[in-house]
Amino acid sequence: MHPTPVKAAVSAALFFTAAQPVLSAPLTEIGPGEGVVDIVAWPGYIERGETDPNFDWVTGFEEATGCQVRIKTAGTSDEMVALMNEGGFDLVTASGDASLRLIAGKRVQEVNVDLVPSWNTVDERLQDAPWHTVDGKHYGVPYQWGSNVLMYNTDVFEEAPQSWNVVFEEMTLPDGNSNKGRVQAFDGPIYIADAALYLMHHQPDLGIKDPYELTEDQYQAALNLLRGQREIVNRYWHDPFIQIDDFTNEGVVASSAWPFQVNLLVGKEQPISSVVPVEGATGWADTTMMHVDAPHPNCAYMWLEHSINPKLQGDLAAWFGSVPVVLAACEGNELLGDEGCDTNGLGNFERISFWRTPVTQCATQEQCVPYYRWVTDYIAVLGGR
Amino acid sequence: MTTAVATAPSLGRRLSNGLYRRPTLLLLLLLAPPLMWLGIVYLGSLFALLAQSFFSIDEFTGLVRREFTLSTYAQLFSPANVDIVLRTALMAAAVTVAAACMGFPIAYYMARCTGPRMKAVFYLAVMLPLWSSYLVRVYAWKLILAKEGILGWFFAQLHLTWLLDAVLALPVIGGASLSVSYIGMFLVFLYIWLPFMILPIQAALERVPPSYLDASSDLGAHPGQTLRHVILPLAFPGIVAGSIFTFSLTLGDYIIPGIVGSSRLFIGQAVFVHQGTAGNIPLAAAFSVVPIVIMAIYLTWAKRLGAFDAL
Repeated sequence: MHPTPVKAAVSAALFFTAAQPVLSAPLTEIGPGEGVVDIVAWPGYIERGETDPNFDWVTGFEEATGCQVRIKTAGTSDEMVALMNEGGFDLVTASGDASLRLIAGKRVQEVNVDLVPSWNTVDERLQDAPWHTVDGKHYGVPYQWGSNVLMYNTDVFEEAPQSWNVVFEEMTLPDGNSNKGRVQAFDGPIYIADAALYLMHHQPDLGIKDPYELTEDQYQAALNLLRGQREIVNRYWHDPFIQIDDFTNEGVVASSAWPFQVNLLVGKEQPISSVVPVEGATGWADTTMMHVDAPHPNCAYMWLEHSINPKLQGDLAAWFGSVPVVLAACEGNELLGDEGCDTNGLGNFERISFWRTPVTQCATQEQCVPYYRWVTDYIAVLGGR
Repeated sequence: MTTAVATAPSLGRRLSNGLYRRPTLLLLLLLAPPLMWLGIVYLGSLFALLAQSFFSIDEFTGLVRREFTLSTYAQLFSPANVDIVLRTALMAAAVTVAAACMGFPIAYYMARCTGPRMKAVFYLAVMLPLWSSYLVRVYAWKLILAKEGILGWFFAQLHLTWLLDAVLALPVIGGASLSVSYIGMFLVFLYIWLPFMILPIQAALERVPPSYLDASSDLGAHPGQTLRHVILPLAFPGIVAGSIFTFSLTLGDYIIPGIVGSSRLFIGQAVFVHQGTAGNIPLAAAFSVVPIVIMAIYLTWAKRLGAFDAL
């Protein structure tokens, strides 16, 4: 028997409705958990005590909610965007240079903050941050923030360097030798913003107002600075452990770095310290965002609430060298200690330019150079062009 | 006896009889699985890759636009990307030439001058590095070549630091230390791929009949002439086979340039960065077409030189 045309049409219609992405409004109430939640995260961001049993903020959640947490780590923001474009995940801990791209690409959905009871405990400076809030809608819950720092060797610098110029311009260091071949820079296009931030203070006539919003002229000036830097950089870093090795065996004495490397090197009793120089620094502010077709939205909302509890926030800050988004986490956390938030840079908030995706239509200038050009041009700078 | 004839032959017997009468069918059945592997899995994925390179990427959202365009190839020919291709091809060529120069004497010694026991020792020595992890060996080399590493210490002990500094002061191939220079990367590539050059040359030299060499010297040839006019031409297919390994392996490697060297990208890294981290699959696909083209040119050239005549 052949299916009648009507039946065929109905089943086809059903099929297409089922296959359509659900473009509905956010959930209005949380139902029972689906048993699983899939999260794309930075390495070290979601720990279940496997590396160090003291650092575990997953097991308790799994027992309380019955939602198994499955983690996929990603090493760069671009990789996170690529994974979310593929789909099949519920949540992503996106930095500011990925979050707006995800929103523009319609890969993430609006979050109903009423379903996250602890929302009001989030640091007020972050609640409406422009990297996750578009047209008054929240596309995520802040997770953690931190700054890039200038890591240096204390045998060479008896006093902390005051400026990023030690990694940008050829000069003689306090130990009498040139810095050529002894400094490093970050191996990612977003590093162009570090150059722009430096120029913002040293060449004010360029008129840079925001290191992520550069006109063609400002952008070319930043690239020129980076081309000069290529001459003195021995190797660009992206793997924290290779950078640690280079500071130990390769005679590297200064570089932009994360607090993560500084903590590890200080832990190994190496002569290493870090500073945020006068120009300020770039930093990251990460937001947990939900995929537009999240297969397990209820468990995802439960994780969002769990992600901003003070215990998790404090433990994570101690583990990663970052700063909690819930200020209550700074007090009384055993792993972080009472000084922990200050050590990790809580007081630097105003001096940090948080990572954002550079876009053509920008607020402070008429027209800006978009991110895709940053990618190709930075590869060219690394190649010496 | 009649009962035995009357019994219907078993299913297996009937099948085998049937196949015996249709040899083409048998051949087809035997060849179908490997051919399907070659056709679908092997060539299919290659063509899927080639097709990707004709798409392009939306510059802001990073989503792939599935429309035919040549703009991705236009990007491939931007100066920075051409640099990447040239850099990789030159490194691969340098590594291949050096591996052939180093590999030939070793292979010759193995094939002609050793007894069975010594030959086994040589085989072991050549293969031994392949038993341990590739990554471990590359990281070990990073430590050997580091500024404060073993080689640097060795030069200092010999009061030859000035020599090392003079070499590192060379433009382009030098650098702050061996581990961040092209020289260092070249040494690591040479070390890692050398066994793949020695073994094919050794196999080719083994097949040169000793009587040819005797004949050559009986006819009054110098050892040098014998080498040039008898041994080298006969061993040439082995050298080409080895060079295909070292050349193509260097062309595609993305781990060594990431650990040793000065962060200037190689083709493999460009593919990795564009595909894995930037999600720019079209450009990654276009980049991976480059080694295919280079290898095609290389093989054509090798064929012209007569490398495959002995096959």
